[in-house]
Amino acid sequence: MRVMAQLGMVMNLDKCLGCHTCSVTCKQAWTNRRGLEYAWFNNVETRPGQGYPRRYEDQDRWEGGWVRTPKGRLELRSGGRTKRLLRIFSNPTLPGLDDYYEPWTYDYDTLVNAPAQADVPVARPRSLITGEPMQIRWSANWDDDLGGAPEHAPHDPILQRIGERVRLEFEQAFMFYLPRICEHCLNPSCVAACPSGAMYKRAEDGIVLVDQDACRGWRMCVSGCPYKKVYFNHRTGKAEKCTFCYPRVEAGQPTICAETCVGRLRYIGLFLYDADRVLEAASVEREADLLEAQRSVILDPDDPAVIDAARASGIAEDWLDAARRSPVYALTHRYRIALPLHPEYRTMPMVWYVPPLSPVVNAVQETGFDGEDRSTLFAAIDALRIPVEYLAELFTAGDPAPVVASLRTLAAMRAHMRRANLGEPPDETIAASAGLTPAAIEDLYRLLAIAKYEDRYVIPSAHVELARLLDAQVACSVDPALVDPVSRRAAGRPGPGERP
Amino acid sequence: MSTVLWIAFPYICLTSFAVGHVWRYRYDKFGWTTRSSQLYERRLLEWGSPLFHFGILGVLAGHVVGLLVPESMTAALGVPEWLYHVVAAIAGTAAGLMTVAGLALLVYRRRLTPAVFRVTTRMDKAMYLLLAAVIAVGTFNTIGINLLGPGHDYRLDVAVWFRSIFWLQPDASLMASAPLTFQLHALLSFALLGIWPFTRLVHVFSVPVGYLARPYVVYRTRGDRPGARPPRRGWEAPGS
Ligand code: SF4
Ligand code: SF4
Repeated sequence: MRVMAQLGMVMNLDKCLGCHTCSVTCKQAWTNRRGLEYAWFNNVETRPGQGYPRRYEDQDRWEGGWVRTPKGRLELRSGGRTKRLLRIFSNPTLPGLDDYYEPWTYDYDTLVNAPAQADVPVARPRSLITGEPMQIRWSANWDDDLGGAPEHAPHDPILQRIGERVRLEFEQAFMFYLPRICEHCLNPSCVAACPSGAMYKRAEDGIVLVDQDACRGWRMCVSGCPYKKVYFNHRTGKAEKCTFCYPRVEAGQPTICAETCVGRLRYIGLFLYDADRVLEAASVEREADLLEAQRSVILDPDDPAVIDAARASGIAEDWLDAARRSPVYALTHRYRIALPLHPEYRTMPMVWYVPPLSPVVNAVQETGFDGEDRSTLFAAIDALRIPVEYLAELFTAGDPAPVVASLRTLAAMRAHMRRANLGEPPDETIAASAGLTPAAIEDLYRLLAIAKYEDRYVIPSAHVELARLLDAQVACSVDPALVDPVSRRAAGRPGPGERP
Repeated sequence: MSTVLWIAFPYICLTSFAVGHVWRYRYDKFGWTTRSSQLYERRLLEWGSPLFHFGILGVLAGHVVGLLVPESMTAALGVPEWLYHVVAAIAGTAAGLMTVAGLALLVYRRRLTPAVFRVTTRMDKAMYLLLAAVIAVGTFNTIGINLLGPGHDYRLDVAVWFRSIFWLQPDASLMASAPLTFQLHALLSFALLGIWPFTRLVHVFSVPVGYLARPYVVYRTRGDRPGARPPRRGWEAPGS
């Protein structure tokens, strides 16, 4: 067992408003530069929809991620090393600007400086690539809120895979938002595809970065990443990607996208994992087994054997402590409601998602039934095949069982908390139907619904004092209940997700 | 005059080549890239770039054999001069035509795709001009003189002179008697080597052969960075 630490994120999709605040603040922080106008390290896609870049999930076209060879070995989907070197002069699986979009600005100058004339002057769009006037036809978020869905959504690779003609008329549509950042994978195919060895995974915290001095602009990482989360800076000729805001997390602060998330749906914390088992787990034969394999690589931070091994590999005590209090571990392993995005790409992504119950609740309520009644919800989860199948294609390589289990837990939590709020006597069978105790389900509720800043972000740092200072400056306006986590523990309260 | 052309000039260019690369690697790793424009345009690049690059690799191989292997050695291996000549002329013609076709396509693309032309620097233009001239004259030597024309056994003069530069016993008289176009090709090539480190051509030295041997996933530690590091390139300075 070789224990390594990994920063992970969980997003609770039920709470995403689709406001794009995360995308905008990320862009302001990282990509508001020439050459990266089209880059969205954080983007929020409406599903069903094509995503960004367009149809990035179509791996028959883009050849991202890994495949298992018949002999059981892992190979990049785009082929072996020699093949990649032979393709180095022109990379056939690099998306073009039209798969992203042509970035533009407006001729604002004409608004103020146009000579007096009969017509009102307008600011025409101008391409940031050619400088010429252009027609805007697409952008990072053209199909937001199912806009143009009858035309665009049928191109959603997931819809095509479930082979169902989903009616995308307004009243029958189901819809949710999927915010995406780089997954900081345990088995990153972008790193594996980089011929220069410029991309690397940080041994301390698992963040995947590009060494700007070593990158030579071969663009293989862009193709290699199945999530298309490496972007080529077309001005500097270097690849750039989401950095998990490492200057912030090193100081104990959450990433910009998490810090500014309006829905407060993001959780950041540590995983401990067994680095020796990653390859084996990523190579299991059946795609449907990948979720379990991925879960099994992550170690129980309360297990004394794990703690000993972690100490042996030099993980500091405050990191071990943070791992035990990790909200992401709680959601992925204690409650098992968070699922990874596209485990079938075999990269072991480390941004996990709590699938949205809202399409089910909405459908139930629209038919006039009680959207907070456990049996109605359970029945609806089983009956509403399309949302579940769709979610399964996103999160479990098509296996509906883990999605159903996760949604049932959420439904049980809803029903249980309704009774509590109405002052009705608790019905133990509700929690039991999700395999939890009433206390655990209330704890899950706290974590999902009302968790405070320091419960959502448990990020150990080397400079705790400094970070707290910065925190106090930045976060007070955001979150009044900024409690010192150390004194909190001293007062005997458990951390988030620690099951009572 | 011939000392300047065939002794001083090559040494100046080679010095610039060597020192320039060390300097660039030391101070401009951030600028060391292929500066690919594939994002802007892919249809022409898909054809032009492999044509040019595979062609030029063939040309390079031909030059290694032609310039570095003495005629006495191939003769000792039992390869008669006429056979060598035929093989070299035919292979050279094939590689040369590929290179020319590829380069023509790439230059056409660079000039006529607005997005690509917009990011073409002055240095790029100078480099393309010189590169095209070297290739044009070289192709003429191979096809016009050695394949269809009277032929010239450059292995008896140009190649010997070329090697003599590296033995530090340069013999200018060898070049003085070579045909004009061979002289021109040599001079232009050395000029290209001279500006090489200051152009995008540096990417040639980044051929990622190490990729074939390294493990797929690379780990690196953050290291104990003691506070701020000196500012490096990568971010645009405010107001730029
Ligand atoms: S999601 Fe991130 S770490 Fe994973 S392959 Fe893509 S760029 Fe690499
Ligand atoms: S800021 Fe939060 S709520 Fe808004 S789109 Fe991003 S993830 Fe969703």
